[in-house]
Amino acid sequence: MEHHAITLDAPARPQRARRRIGFPLGLLLPALALIGAEVGVRAGLVPANLLPPPSAILESLSWLLENGLAGHVGASTLRVAAGFAAGTLLALPLGALVALNRRAEAIFDPSFQALRAIPSLAWVPLLLLWFGIDEAPKIILIAIGAFFPVYMGVVAGIRGVDRGLTEVGLLYRLPPLALARRVLLPAALPSVLTGLRNGLSLAWMFMVAAELIAASRGLGYLLTDGRESSRADIMLAAIVLLALLGKASDSAMQALERRWLAWRDSYVDKETR
Amino acid sequence: MSAFLDIAIDEKRHGARSVLRGLHLKVGQGEIVSLVGASGCGKSTLLSTVAGLDREYRGAVRLDGRQLTGPDADVGLVFQAPRLFPWLTVAQNVVFGGHHRPNLERAHALLEEVGLKGYGDALPKQLSGGQAQRAAIARGLYLEPHVLLLDEPFSAVDAFTRMRLQDLLADAARQRGLTVLLVTHDIDEAIYLSDRVVLMDGVPGPVRAEFTNDAPWPRERGKLALSPLKPAILDSLHAVHAI
Repeated sequence: MEHHAITLDAPARPQRARRRIGFPLGLLLPALALIGAEVGVRAGLVPANLLPPPSAILESLSWLLENGLAGHVGASTLRVAAGFAAGTLLALPLGALVALNRRAEAIFDPSFQALRAIPSLAWVPLLLLWFGIDEAPKIILIAIGAFFPVYMGVVAGIRGVDRGLTEVGLLYRLPPLALARRVLLPAALPSVLTGLRNGLSLAWMFMVAAELIAASRGLGYLLTDGRESSRADIMLAAIVLLALLGKASDSAMQALERRWLAWRDSYVDKETR
Repeated sequence: MSAFLDIAIDEKRHGARSVLRGLHLKVGQGEIVSLVGASGCGKSTLLSTVAGLDREYRGAVRLDGRQLTGPDADVGLVFQAPRLFPWLTVAQNVVFGGHHRPNLERAHALLEEVGLKGYGDALPKQLSGGQAQRAAIARGLYLEPHVLLLDEPFSAVDAFTRMRLQDLLADAARQRGLTVLLVTHDIDEAIYLSDRVVLMDGVPGPVRAEFTNDAPWPRERGKLALSPLKPAILDSLHAVHAI
Protein backbone atom coordinates (compact mmCIF):
# COMPACT_ATOMS: atom_id res chain seq x y z
CA MET A 1 0.00 0.00 0.00
CA GLU A 2 1.21 3.45 -0.82
CA HIS A 3 2.64 5.22 2.17
CA HIS A 4 1.97 8.90 2.39
CA ALA A 5 3.98 9.83 5.43
CA ILE A 6 6.26 12.77 4.86
CA THR A 7 9.27 13.30 7.01
CA LEU A 8 10.26 16.73 8.21
CA ASP A 9 13.52 17.87 9.68
CA ALA A 10 13.83 17.30 13.40
CA PRO A 11 13.61 20.47 15.43
CA ALA A 12 16.59 22.08 17.01
CA ARG A 13 16.87 21.40 20.72
CA PRO A 14 15.44 24.24 22.78
CA GLN A 15 18.19 26.71 23.45
CA ARG A 16 18.84 27.93 26.92
CA ALA A 17 18.16 31.62 27.33
CA ARG A 18 21.41 33.44 26.68
CA ARG A 19 22.84 35.05 29.78
CA ARG A 20 23.28 38.78 29.43
CA ILE A 21 26.74 39.96 30.24
CA GLY A 22 27.35 43.51 31.40
CA PHE A 23 25.78 45.79 33.98
CA PRO A 24 22.65 44.17 35.44
CA LEU A 25 19.92 46.78 35.02
CA GLY A 26 18.31 45.74 38.30
CA LEU A 27 21.23 47.31 40.19
CA LEU A 28 20.70 50.71 38.62
CA LEU A 29 18.08 52.05 41.07
CA PRO A 30 19.81 50.79 44.26
CA ALA A 31 23.15 52.22 43.03
CA LEU A 32 21.57 55.61 42.31
CA ALA A 33 19.85 55.62 45.71
CA LEU A 34 23.10 54.77 47.50
CA ILE A 35 25.06 57.46 45.67
CA GLY A 36 22.26 59.98 46.30
CA ALA A 37 22.16 59.16 50.03
CA GLU A 38 25.94 59.33 50.40
CA VAL A 39 26.17 62.66 48.57
CA GLY A 40 23.07 64.08 50.33
CA VAL A 41 24.37 63.27 53.82
CA ARG A 42 27.93 64.41 53.13
CA ALA A 43 26.62 67.67 51.68
CA GLY A 44 24.62 68.21 54.87
CA LEU A 45 21.25 68.07 53.09
CA VAL A 46 20.04 65.23 55.32
CA PRO A 47 20.97 64.80 59.00
CA ALA A 48 23.25 61.76 59.43
CA ASN A 49 21.49 60.59 62.62
CA LEU A 50 18.26 60.13 60.64
CA LEU A 51 19.79 58.77 57.44
CA PRO A 52 23.28 57.44 57.93
CA PRO A 53 25.30 57.41 54.68
CA PRO A 54 25.76 54.03 52.98
CA SER A 55 29.43 54.04 54.00
CA ALA A 56 28.36 54.19 57.68
CA ILE A 57 25.83 51.41 57.15
CA LEU A 58 28.59 49.34 55.57
CA GLU A 59 30.75 49.97 58.60
CA SER A 60 27.91 48.91 60.90
CA LEU A 61 27.41 45.77 58.84
CA SER A 62 31.07 44.96 59.12
CA TRP A 63 30.94 45.55 62.90
CA LEU A 64 27.81 43.37 63.13
CA LEU A 65 29.54 40.68 61.11
CA GLU A 66 32.12 40.40 63.84
CA ASN A 67 29.49 40.56 66.56
CA GLY A 68 26.98 37.83 65.87
CA LEU A 69 25.35 38.90 62.59
CA ALA A 70 25.51 35.33 61.26
CA GLY A 71 23.48 34.19 64.28
CA HIS A 72 20.79 36.82 63.61
CA VAL A 73 20.60 35.98 59.90
CA GLY A 74 20.64 32.25 60.63
CA ALA A 75 17.85 32.52 63.22
CA SER A 76 15.62 34.53 60.89
CA THR A 77 16.34 32.29 57.90
CA LEU A 78 15.59 29.13 59.86
CA ARG A 79 12.30 30.61 61.12
CA VAL A 80 11.31 31.58 57.58
CA ALA A 81 12.26 28.14 56.26
CA ALA A 82 10.32 26.32 58.97
CA GLY A 83 7.25 28.58 58.74
CA PHE A 84 7.21 28.56 54.95
CA ALA A 85 7.53 24.76 54.86
CA ALA A 86 4.73 24.33 57.40
CA GLY A 87 2.43 26.80 55.62
CA THR A 88 3.13 25.23 52.24
CA LEU A 89 2.61 21.67 53.47
CA LEU A 90 -0.81 22.66 54.76
CA ALA A 91 -1.75 24.83 51.78
CA LEU A 92 -0.98 22.27 49.05
CA PRO A 93 -3.44 19.54 50.10
CA LEU A 94 -6.08 21.97 51.40
CA GLY A 95 -5.88 24.03 48.20
CA ALA A 96 -6.21 20.89 46.09
CA LEU A 97 -9.15 19.69 48.16
CA VAL A 98 -10.99 23.02 47.89
CA ALA A 99 -10.28 23.24 44.15
CA LEU A 100 -11.56 19.75 43.42
CA ASN A 101 -14.44 19.41 45.84
CA ARG A 102 -17.37 21.84 45.93
CA ARG A 103 -18.42 20.75 49.41
CA ALA A 104 -14.89 21.30 50.76
CA GLU A 105 -14.92 24.70 49.08
CA ALA A 106 -18.20 25.58 50.79
CA ILE A 107 -16.80 24.50 54.16
CA PHE A 108 -13.28 25.93 54.07
CA ASP A 109 -13.05 28.76 51.60
CA PRO A 110 -15.22 31.43 53.31
CA SER A 111 -13.27 31.02 56.57
CA PHE A 112 -9.93 31.07 54.77
CA GLN A 113 -10.86 34.24 52.91
CA ALA A 114 -11.82 35.90 56.21
CA LEU A 115 -8.61 34.75 57.94
CA ARG A 116 -6.57 35.95 54.97
CA ALA A 117 -7.74 39.50 55.58
CA ILE A 118 -6.29 39.62 59.12
CA PRO A 119 -3.08 41.70 59.25
CA SER A 120 0.01 39.90 60.53
CA LEU A 121 0.42 42.12 63.61
CA ALA A 122 -3.11 41.29 64.77
CA TRP A 123 -2.05 37.68 65.33
CA VAL A 124 0.99 38.50 67.43
CA PRO A 125 -0.57 39.16 70.89
CA LEU A 126 -2.81 36.13 70.60
CA LEU A 127 0.00 33.82 69.51
CA LEU A 128 2.18 35.11 72.35
CA LEU A 129 -0.63 34.40 74.80
CA TRP A 130 -1.21 30.91 73.46
CA PHE A 131 2.33 29.75 72.73
CA GLY A 132 4.58 31.97 74.88
CA ILE A 133 7.65 33.74 73.56
CA ASP A 134 9.47 30.68 72.28
CA GLU A 135 9.99 29.71 68.63
CA ALA A 136 6.51 28.22 68.18
CA PRO A 137 4.50 31.47 67.89
CA LYS A 138 7.03 32.92 65.43
CA ILE A 139 6.97 29.88 63.17
CA ILE A 140 3.18 29.69 63.36
CA LEU A 141 2.86 33.34 62.39
CA ILE A 142 5.20 32.86 59.43
CA ALA A 143 3.28 29.73 58.43
CA ILE A 144 0.04 31.76 58.47
CA GLY A 145 1.68 34.33 56.21
CA ALA A 146 2.92 31.71 53.74
CA PHE A 147 -0.26 29.64 53.80
CA PHE A 148 -2.68 31.96 52.02
CA PRO A 149 -0.73 32.85 48.85
CA VAL A 150 0.17 29.19 48.33
CA TYR A 151 -3.42 28.11 48.99
CA MET A 152 -4.72 30.71 46.53
CA GLY A 153 -2.15 29.66 43.93
CA VAL A 154 -3.10 25.99 44.21
CA VAL A 155 -6.85 26.70 44.02
CA ALA A 156 -6.50 29.07 41.06
CA GLY A 157 -4.06 26.73 39.32
CA ILE A 158 -6.23 23.64 39.55
CA ARG A 159 -9.42 25.54 38.73
CA GLY A 160 -7.72 26.97 35.66
CA VAL A 161 -6.62 23.65 34.20
CA ASP A 162 -7.82 23.33 30.61
CA ARG A 163 -10.82 20.98 30.55
CA GLY A 164 -9.53 19.61 27.27
CA LEU A 165 -6.44 18.22 28.98
CA THR A 166 -8.39 16.61 31.82
CA GLU A 167 -10.65 15.02 29.19
CA VAL A 168 -7.59 13.38 27.63
CA GLY A 169 -6.75 11.98 31.07
CA LEU A 170 -10.31 10.70 31.48
CA LEU A 171 -10.28 9.24 27.98
CA TYR A 172 -7.26 7.16 28.99
CA ARG A 173 -9.07 6.07 32.16
CA LEU A 174 -6.65 7.61 34.63
CA PRO A 175 -7.75 6.96 38.21
CA PRO A 176 -8.31 10.17 40.26
CA LEU A 177 -4.88 10.16 41.91
CA ALA A 178 -3.08 9.55 38.61
CA LEU A 179 -5.18 12.28 36.99
CA ALA A 180 -4.10 14.67 39.76
CA ARG A 181 -0.44 13.66 39.48
CA ARG A 182 -0.13 13.43 35.71
CA VAL A 183 -2.48 16.16 34.54
CA LEU A 184 -3.78 18.53 37.21
CA LEU A 185 -0.57 19.14 39.13
CA PRO A 186 1.71 19.83 36.16
CA ALA A 187 -0.96 21.96 34.50
CA ALA A 188 -1.47 23.92 37.72
CA LEU A 189 2.26 24.28 38.34
CA PRO A 190 2.68 27.82 36.94
CA SER A 191 0.05 29.17 39.31
CA VAL A 192 1.30 27.04 42.22
CA LEU A 193 4.83 28.36 41.73
CA THR A 194 3.55 31.95 41.67
CA GLY A 195 1.76 31.18 44.93
CA LEU A 196 4.96 29.75 46.40
CA ARG A 197 6.92 32.85 45.42
CA ASN A 198 4.32 35.14 46.97
CA GLY A 199 4.15 32.90 50.03
CA LEU A 200 7.90 33.03 50.51
CA SER A 201 7.90 36.79 50.22
CA LEU A 202 5.11 37.07 52.80
CA ALA A 203 6.97 34.63 55.05
CA TRP A 204 9.85 37.13 55.26
CA MET A 205 7.41 39.94 56.08
CA PHE A 206 5.64 37.93 58.77
CA MET A 207 9.03 36.93 60.19
CA VAL A 208 9.81 40.58 60.89
CA ALA A 209 6.42 41.03 62.58
CA ALA A 210 7.11 37.96 64.73
CA GLU A 211 10.60 39.07 65.72
CA LEU A 212 9.68 42.68 66.40
CA ILE A 213 7.68 41.74 69.45
CA ALA A 214 9.44 38.94 71.24
CA ALA A 215 12.87 37.84 70.14
CA SER A 216 16.41 37.97 71.33
CA ARG A 217 17.90 37.05 67.96
CA GLY A 218 17.04 37.70 64.35
CA LEU A 219 16.80 40.59 61.93
CA GLY A 220 13.52 41.79 63.46
CA TYR A 221 15.26 41.89 66.81
CA LEU A 222 18.08 43.97 65.24
CA LEU A 223 15.44 46.45 64.05
CA THR A 224 13.96 46.74 67.55
CA ASP A 225 17.41 47.00 69.05
CA GLY A 226 18.34 49.76 66.60
CA ARG A 227 15.13 51.65 67.42
CA GLU A 228 15.63 51.37 71.17
CA SER A 229 19.23 52.59 70.93
CA SER A 230 18.36 55.21 68.28
CA ARG A 231 20.83 53.61 65.86
CA ALA A 232 19.46 54.31 62.41
CA ASP A 233 22.55 52.64 60.89
CA ILE A 234 21.66 49.30 62.54
CA MET A 235 18.04 49.60 61.50
CA LEU A 236 19.09 50.32 57.91
CA ALA A 237 21.64 47.51 57.98
CA ALA A 238 18.86 45.11 59.06
CA ILE A 239 16.58 46.46 56.32
CA VAL A 240 19.30 46.03 53.71
CA LEU A 241 19.87 42.46 54.87
CA LEU A 242 16.14 41.74 54.73
CA ALA A 243 16.03 43.06 51.18
CA LEU A 244 19.05 40.99 50.16
CA LEU A 245 17.75 37.80 51.76
CA GLY A 246 14.26 38.30 50.31
CA LYS A 247 15.70 38.93 46.87
CA ALA A 248 18.05 35.93 47.10
CA SER A 249 15.27 33.55 48.10
CA ASP A 250 12.98 34.94 45.40
CA SER A 251 15.74 34.54 42.80
CA ALA A 252 16.14 30.93 43.86
CA MET A 253 12.39 30.39 43.40
CA GLN A 254 12.54 32.14 40.04
CA ALA A 255 15.36 29.86 38.91
CA LEU A 256 13.29 26.87 39.97
CA GLU A 257 10.32 28.28 38.07
CA ARG A 258 12.39 28.73 34.90
CA ARG A 259 13.66 25.18 35.19
CA TRP A 260 10.32 23.53 35.91
CA LEU A 261 8.33 25.61 33.45
CA ALA A 262 10.73 25.44 30.51
CA TRP A 263 7.90 23.77 28.58
CA ARG A 264 5.77 26.92 28.65
CA ASP A 265 5.11 28.59 25.34
CA SER A 266 4.47 32.09 26.56
CA TYR A 267 4.81 35.42 24.83
CA VAL A 268 7.24 36.73 27.46
CA ASP A 269 9.48 33.67 27.21
CA LYS A 270 9.60 33.93 23.43
CA GLU A 271 9.89 37.63 22.89
CA THR A 272 11.66 39.17 25.81
CA ARG A 273 14.00 36.63 27.36
CA MET B 1 -21.91 -5.32 6.61
CA SER B 2 -22.78 -6.40 10.16
CA ALA B 3 -22.71 -3.78 12.92
CA PHE B 4 -19.37 -3.65 14.72
CA LEU B 5 -20.15 -0.36 16.38
CA ASP B 6 -23.83 -0.08 17.23
CA ILE B 7 -24.99 3.31 18.46
CA ALA B 8 -28.54 3.66 19.72
CA ILE B 9 -29.14 6.90 21.58
CA ASP B 10 -32.76 7.38 22.55
CA GLU B 11 -32.09 10.73 24.16
CA LYS B 12 -29.17 12.80 25.30
CA ARG B 13 -29.89 16.04 27.13
CA HIS B 14 -27.82 19.03 28.13
CA GLY B 15 -29.84 20.27 31.08
CA ALA B 16 -33.39 20.81 29.90
CA ARG B 17 -32.38 20.80 26.25
CA SER B 18 -32.47 17.65 24.16
CA VAL B 19 -29.34 17.52 21.97
CA LEU B 20 -29.68 14.04 20.51
CA ARG B 21 -32.86 12.10 20.10
CA GLY B 22 -33.60 8.85 18.32
CA LEU B 23 -30.16 8.48 16.83
CA HIS B 24 -29.42 4.99 15.55
CA LEU B 25 -26.25 4.31 13.65
CA LYS B 26 -24.53 1.04 12.84
CA VAL B 27 -20.96 1.02 11.62
CA GLY B 28 -19.33 -2.06 10.15
CA GLN B 29 -15.86 -3.29 11.07
CA GLY B 30 -13.22 -1.43 9.10
CA GLU B 31 -15.77 1.03 7.78
CA ILE B 32 -14.98 4.73 7.62
CA VAL B 33 -18.08 6.82 8.30
CA SER B 34 -18.23 10.59 8.20
CA LEU B 35 -20.81 12.59 10.11
CA VAL B 36 -21.80 15.89 8.53
CA GLY B 37 -24.44 18.38 9.55
CA ALA B 38 -25.01 21.90 10.71
CA SER B 39 -23.22 23.23 13.79
CA GLY B 40 -25.01 22.31 16.99
CA CYS B 41 -26.71 19.24 15.58
CA GLY B 42 -24.92 17.06 18.13
CA LYS B 43 -22.08 15.55 16.11
CA SER B 44 -19.41 16.26 18.72
CA THR B 45 -21.75 15.24 21.53
CA LEU B 46 -22.26 11.95 19.72
CA LEU B 47 -18.50 11.36 19.58
CA SER B 48 -18.09 12.25 23.29
CA THR B 49 -20.85 9.81 24.10
CA VAL B 50 -19.33 6.99 22.04
CA ALA B 51 -15.91 7.75 23.56
CA GLY B 52 -17.43 7.34 27.02
CA LEU B 53 -16.66 10.90 28.13
CA ASP B 54 -20.34 11.71 28.32
CA ARG B 55 -22.23 8.95 30.08
CA GLU B 56 -25.56 10.52 30.92
CA TYR B 57 -27.90 9.47 28.14
CA ARG B 58 -30.69 7.05 27.45
CA GLY B 59 -29.68 4.30 25.09
CA ALA B 60 -26.67 2.10 24.52
CA VAL B 61 -23.42 2.02 22.56
CA ARG B 62 -22.17 -1.46 21.73
CA LEU B 63 -18.83 -2.49 20.33
CA ASP B 64 -18.81 -5.96 18.86
CA GLY B 65 -21.84 -6.77 21.01
CA ARG B 66 -20.28 -5.47 24.22
CA GLN B 67 -21.94 -2.45 25.82
CA LEU B 68 -19.59 0.46 26.39
CA THR B 69 -20.09 2.10 29.76
CA GLY B 70 -17.23 4.60 29.74
CA PRO B 71 -13.88 5.30 28.10
CA ASP B 72 -12.58 2.09 26.59
CA ALA B 73 -9.14 0.97 25.41
CA ASP B 74 -10.72 -0.22 22.15
CA VAL B 75 -11.99 3.25 21.33
CA GLY B 76 -9.55 6.07 20.52
CA LEU B 77 -10.46 9.70 20.09
CA VAL B 78 -8.64 12.50 18.28
CA PHE B 79 -9.97 15.91 19.24
CA GLN B 80 -10.38 19.02 17.12
CA ALA B 81 -7.39 20.60 18.90
CA PRO B 82 -4.30 18.40 19.42
CA ARG B 83 -4.57 18.65 23.23
CA LEU B 84 -0.96 17.62 23.77
CA PHE B 85 0.40 17.99 27.29
CA PRO B 86 2.87 20.86 26.97
CA TRP B 87 5.15 19.60 29.76
CA LEU B 88 5.68 16.21 28.10
CA THR B 89 7.82 15.52 25.06
CA VAL B 90 6.03 14.53 21.88
CA ALA B 91 6.91 10.84 22.41
CA GLN B 92 5.72 10.98 26.03
CA ASN B 93 2.46 12.44 24.77
CA VAL B 94 2.07 9.57 22.33
CA VAL B 95 2.50 6.95 25.07
CA PHE B 96 0.35 8.87 27.57
CA GLY B 97 -2.45 6.31 27.51
CA GLY B 98 -0.11 3.36 28.11
CA HIS B 99 -0.29 3.41 31.88
CA HIS B 100 2.08 0.72 32.90
CA ARG B 101 4.90 0.12 30.47
CA PRO B 102 5.16 2.99 28.04
CA ASN B 103 6.85 1.77 24.88
CA LEU B 104 8.81 4.78 23.64
CA GLU B 105 10.27 2.78 20.76
CA ARG B 106 6.79 2.19 19.46
CA ALA B 107 6.00 5.87 19.97
CA HIS B 108 8.98 6.83 17.81
CA ALA B 109 7.88 4.33 15.14
CA LEU B 110 4.37 5.81 15.14
CA LEU B 111 5.81 9.31 14.94
CA GLU B 112 7.82 8.23 11.94
CA GLU B 113 4.67 6.81 10.39
CA VAL B 114 2.86 10.13 10.80
CA GLY B 115 5.81 12.06 9.37
CA LEU B 116 7.36 13.26 12.61
CA LYS B 117 10.61 11.32 12.54
CA GLY B 118 13.09 12.88 14.95
CA TYR B 119 10.46 14.89 16.83
CA GLY B 120 10.00 12.46 19.71
CA ASP B 121 12.15 14.44 22.11
CA ALA B 122 10.76 17.83 21.10
CA LEU B 123 8.28 19.72 23.23
CA PRO B 124 4.82 20.44 21.81
CA LYS B 125 5.63 24.17 21.69
CA GLN B 126 8.17 23.39 18.98
CA LEU B 127 5.53 21.89 16.67
CA SER B 128 3.34 23.65 14.12
CA GLY B 129 -0.43 23.13 14.28
CA GLY B 130 -0.32 20.42 11.62
CA GLN B 131 2.60 18.64 13.28
CA ALA B 132 0.83 18.74 16.65
CA GLN B 133 -2.24 17.17 15.06
CA ARG B 134 -0.04 14.43 13.56
CA ALA B 135 1.28 13.74 17.06
CA ALA B 136 -2.31 13.62 18.34
CA ILE B 137 -3.15 11.05 15.66
CA ALA B 138 -0.11 9.00 16.70
CA ARG B 139 -1.38 9.13 20.29
CA GLY B 140 -4.82 8.00 19.09
CA LEU B 141 -3.22 5.00 17.37
CA TYR B 142 -0.77 4.07 20.16
CA LEU B 143 -3.11 1.79 22.11
CA GLU B 144 -4.18 0.05 18.88
CA PRO B 145 -7.90 0.77 19.28
CA HIS B 146 -10.41 -0.98 17.06
CA VAL B 147 -12.42 2.20 16.66
CA LEU B 148 -11.00 5.66 16.06
CA LEU B 149 -13.24 8.67 16.59
CA LEU B 150 -12.15 11.97 15.09
CA ASP B 151 -13.80 15.30 15.90
CA GLU B 152 -13.02 17.72 13.07
CA PRO B 153 -9.35 16.84 13.42
CA PHE B 154 -8.15 18.82 10.41
CA SER B 155 -10.29 21.93 10.70
CA ALA B 156 -7.54 24.14 12.10
CA VAL B 157 -4.82 23.39 9.56
CA ASP B 158 -4.13 24.81 6.11
CA ALA B 159 -5.50 23.13 2.98
CA PHE B 160 -2.20 21.51 1.99
CA THR B 161 -1.56 20.07 5.44
CA ARG B 162 -5.17 18.94 5.60
CA MET B 163 -4.77 16.86 2.44
CA ARG B 164 -1.57 15.30 3.82
CA LEU B 165 -3.29 14.48 7.11
CA GLN B 166 -6.30 13.02 5.31
CA ASP B 167 -4.02 10.69 3.34
CA LEU B 168 -2.19 9.79 6.52
CA LEU B 169 -5.44 8.95 8.27
CA ALA B 170 -6.77 6.96 5.31
CA ASP B 171 -3.56 4.91 5.12
CA ALA B 172 -3.36 4.32 8.88
CA ALA B 173 -7.01 3.30 9.08
CA ARG B 174 -6.94 0.99 6.08
CA GLN B 175 -3.66 -0.66 7.06
CA ARG B 176 -5.05 -1.45 10.52
CA GLY B 177 -8.62 -2.25 9.48
CA LEU B 178 -9.75 0.54 11.82
CA THR B 179 -13.38 1.44 12.18
CA VAL B 180 -13.53 5.21 11.91
CA LEU B 181 -16.21 7.72 12.84
CA LEU B 182 -15.22 11.16 11.59
CA VAL B 183 -17.03 14.41 12.31
CA THR B 184 -16.33 17.00 9.66
CA HIS B 185 -17.76 20.14 8.09
CA ASP B 186 -15.81 19.56 4.92
CA ILE B 187 -17.94 17.68 2.39
CA ASP B 188 -14.94 16.99 0.12
CA GLU B 189 -13.10 15.51 3.07
CA ALA B 190 -16.08 13.37 3.98
CA ILE B 191 -16.39 12.05 0.44
CA TYR B 192 -12.66 11.47 0.02
CA LEU B 193 -12.20 9.54 3.24
CA SER B 194 -15.45 7.74 3.80
CA ASP B 195 -17.18 4.56 2.81
CA ARG B 196 -20.37 6.23 4.00
CA VAL B 197 -21.40 9.81 4.69
CA VAL B 198 -24.10 10.29 7.30
CA LEU B 199 -26.04 13.53 7.32
CA MET B 200 -27.37 14.52 10.71
CA ASP B 201 -30.47 16.63 11.00
CA GLY B 202 -30.71 19.87 12.95
CA VAL B 203 -31.28 19.72 16.71
CA PRO B 204 -31.97 17.22 18.20
CA GLY B 205 -30.09 15.42 15.50
CA PRO B 206 -31.37 12.11 14.18
CA VAL B 207 -29.81 10.68 11.03
CA ARG B 208 -31.37 12.43 8.07
CA ALA B 209 -29.70 10.69 5.14
CA GLU B 210 -26.86 8.34 4.30
CA PHE B 211 -24.69 8.26 1.19
CA THR B 212 -22.48 5.33 0.30
CA ASN B 213 -19.18 5.93 -1.43
CA ASP B 214 -17.98 2.86 -3.36
CA ALA B 215 -15.01 4.55 -4.99
CA PRO B 216 -12.00 2.22 -4.80
CA TRP B 217 -8.70 3.06 -3.11
CA PRO B 218 -6.44 4.79 -3.84
CA ARG B 219 -8.90 7.58 -4.53
CA GLU B 220 -8.39 10.58 -6.74
CA ARG B 221 -9.54 13.85 -5.28
CA GLY B 222 -10.26 15.38 -8.69
CA LYS B 223 -12.59 12.56 -9.71
CA LEU B 224 -14.38 12.54 -6.37
CA ALA B 225 -15.01 16.27 -6.57
CA LEU B 226 -16.89 15.62 -9.81
CA SER B 227 -18.85 12.64 -8.47
CA PRO B 228 -22.62 12.98 -8.10
CA LEU B 229 -22.20 12.33 -4.37
CA LYS B 230 -21.27 15.91 -3.58
CA PRO B 231 -24.34 17.61 -5.11
CA ALA B 232 -26.54 14.97 -3.51
CA ILE B 233 -25.09 15.66 -0.04
CA LEU B 234 -25.23 19.42 -0.56
CA ASP B 235 -28.86 19.22 -1.71
CA SER B 236 -29.77 17.26 1.41
CA LEU B 237 -27.91 19.75 3.61
CA HIS B 238 -29.80 22.62 2.01
CA ALA B 239 -33.07 20.76 2.47
CA VAL B 240 -32.31 20.30 6.19
CA HIS B 241 -31.54 24.00 6.58
CA ALA B 242 -34.67 24.98 4.72
CA ILE B 243 -36.84 23.26 7.35
